Amino acid sequence: MSSAPENNGRRRFLTLATAVVGGVGTVGVAVPFIKSWNPSEKAKAAGAPVEHDVTKMVPGQLVRVKWRGKPVYVVRRTEEVLAELEKGHLEQLKDPDSNEDQQPKYAVNSHRSPNPEFLVALGVCTHLGCAPTYRAGDFDEVVEGVRNGFFCPCHGSKFDMAGRVFNNVPAPKNLQIPPHMFQADGTLLIGLDEGDA
Amino acid sequence: MLANLVSWIDKRIPMTEAFNKHVGQYPAPVNFNFWYFFGSLAMLVLVNQILTGIWLTMNYTPSGAEAFASVEYIMRDVEYGWLLRYMHSTGASAFFVVVYLHMLRGMMYGSYQKPRELLWLFGMFIYLVLMAEGFMGYLLPWGNMSFWGAQVIISLFGAIPVIGDDLTLWIRGDYVISGATLNRFFALHVIALPLVLVILVFLHIVALHEVGSNNPEGIEIKKPKGSVAPEELSKFKYHKQYSEKYDIVDAVPFHPYYSVKDIMGVVGFLFFFCAVIFFAPEGGGYFLEKPNFEPANPLKTPEHIAPVWYFGPFYTILRVIPDKLTGAGLMFGAIVMLFLLPWFDRGHVKSIRYRSLAHKINLTQFCICFVVLGILGTKAASPLNNFLGMVTSVGYFGFFIALWFYSKNEKTKPLPERISH
Repeated sequence: MSSAPENNGRRRFLTLATAVVGGVGTVGVAVPFIKSWNPSEKAKAAGAPVEHDVTKMVPGQLVRVKWRGKPVYVVRRTEEVLAELEKGHLEQLKDPDSNEDQQPKYAVNSHRSPNPEFLVALGVCTHLGCAPTYRAGDFDEVVEGVRNGFFCPCHGSKFDMAGRVFNNVPAPKNLQIPPHMFQADGTLLIGLDEGDA
Repeated sequence: MLANLVSWIDKRIPMTEAFNKHVGQYPAPVNFNFWYFFGSLAMLVLVNQILTGIWLTMNYTPSGAEAFASVEYIMRDVEYGWLLRYMHSTGASAFFVVVYLHMLRGMMYGSYQKPRELLWLFGMFIYLVLMAEGFMGYLLPWGNMSFWGAQVIISLFGAIPVIGDDLTLWIRGDYVISGATLNRFFALHVIALPLVLVILVFLHIVALHEVGSNNPEGIEIKKPKGSVAPEELSKFKYHKQYSEKYDIVDAVPFHPYYSVKDIMGVVGFLFFFCAVIFFAPEGGGYFLEKPNFEPANPLKTPEHIAPVWYFGPFYTILRVIPDKLTGAGLMFGAIVMLFLLPWFDRGHVKSIRYRSLAHKINLTQFCICFVVLGILGTKAASPLNNFLGMVTSVGYFGFFIALWFYSKNEKTKPLPERISH
């Protein structure tokens, strides 16, 4: 038994100090538990660029290429589609001039690509991540006067052939354009562009 | 011999004491009707889910490469594997059926009102954990609807400003839904959430027994001590925690009276439950959806994405709003409204039997809106469906707003003194 007199100030200080140290310790212990949910090194390493030979594609064709586990839509646009993009329906679009940061700089133009003939876009709806359906020739069933586009089956979002989102749909942004470039032999490289090469 | 054993245990742990307090000498109102089956039925389904779930994990392989095949293996090669799986998948839907009816019972008879607010909150947390269980469990078969359903729901968190994208990445543990996501959902589905669920059910019952059961009349069976003539008191023996503080009237002990009655409920329930398991285990595509019979394909969204029926109402609210953040906000808001029900209702009369016509109409329109929202959630988006979804969403939220206004000075009928009079 200690015969020292009670010192309430010291007791309060010790209680508080113990609680603070314990609290810091608890937060520290939580770090590995929370961090372990982040993508692993293996998952990060799986993000390498992919190649696709576009020279064999026929006009109007869509090919799904898997990049970082996500579908990338590659479309060889027809003359009709290019004319459609040219003449507009701009007033029906949320972001016709690609002001939102959804594409590399070289894709800020009316066709959102370095090469007007090819659309290369993530086939991931910017609403909740579904894969929009390519509607070639019958898109005017959902948007009057526009014959080609993408229609998301989940919640009815609509995109034109440059991946630009229409007004009055749940999707907030244009489809994302991944970094991409065309090599000398005509193959498309997704995930890498001149800036990186 | 047995008496000696019981007394030996009772000297070391309060077994008989706890049994009497919560079962054998717990005073329950005499006038419970069939609506009071659903609490005990929910416990039955919980036991079913835990038991069949443990058995399913014995043959299920939680990996992106093998999950789908291991479910097929359970269905085709494991003895009675098909039955265990159908009991589990049908049990999930049955859980929501009984929980929705249990909640409606609470809303009809005002069982959320003072002093039962915390009881209601524990119940709402149980409901929330159940939804998380249902959602994560649905990813495990790794079918195409599993994959895209999870994709849509996880993307919801991306609607949160600033941290949204990093948060979805953290939840998935990969840039897309992958084996990493599947494995963590498996861990949460079979260990973490069931533990939380069992603890919450325990707290729900402790809270119930502290404040006492409500009843269809919405009046208390515990009267102030000394206010009731001795010949009017309930003739049964109750645990001293109840009888020392109150005069108890119009009550029976939970066991054997309601334990036996609940067995009747179980028999009725099992009749329907078994009918589904044996004759319609896919529930016509509502319990197990057709696109889920093909493996997850990250490159192809099913033509028509629909959630399992029990998420339908909230899913409809999400998609009729043509703005991502507002839609997601209102969807979660719809659940928050339910949490806050005890505070939206400012009335003092509990049971719908004695409340105003306005309240009867309001609760009826709420039920209709909820069911219509649920049906719309399983249908494709069309202009007509969107319009109906808008109207019923307004009806859903309107219920709470209107309740707040009229309940303050509601024209109610006079309450009887006693249940039996």
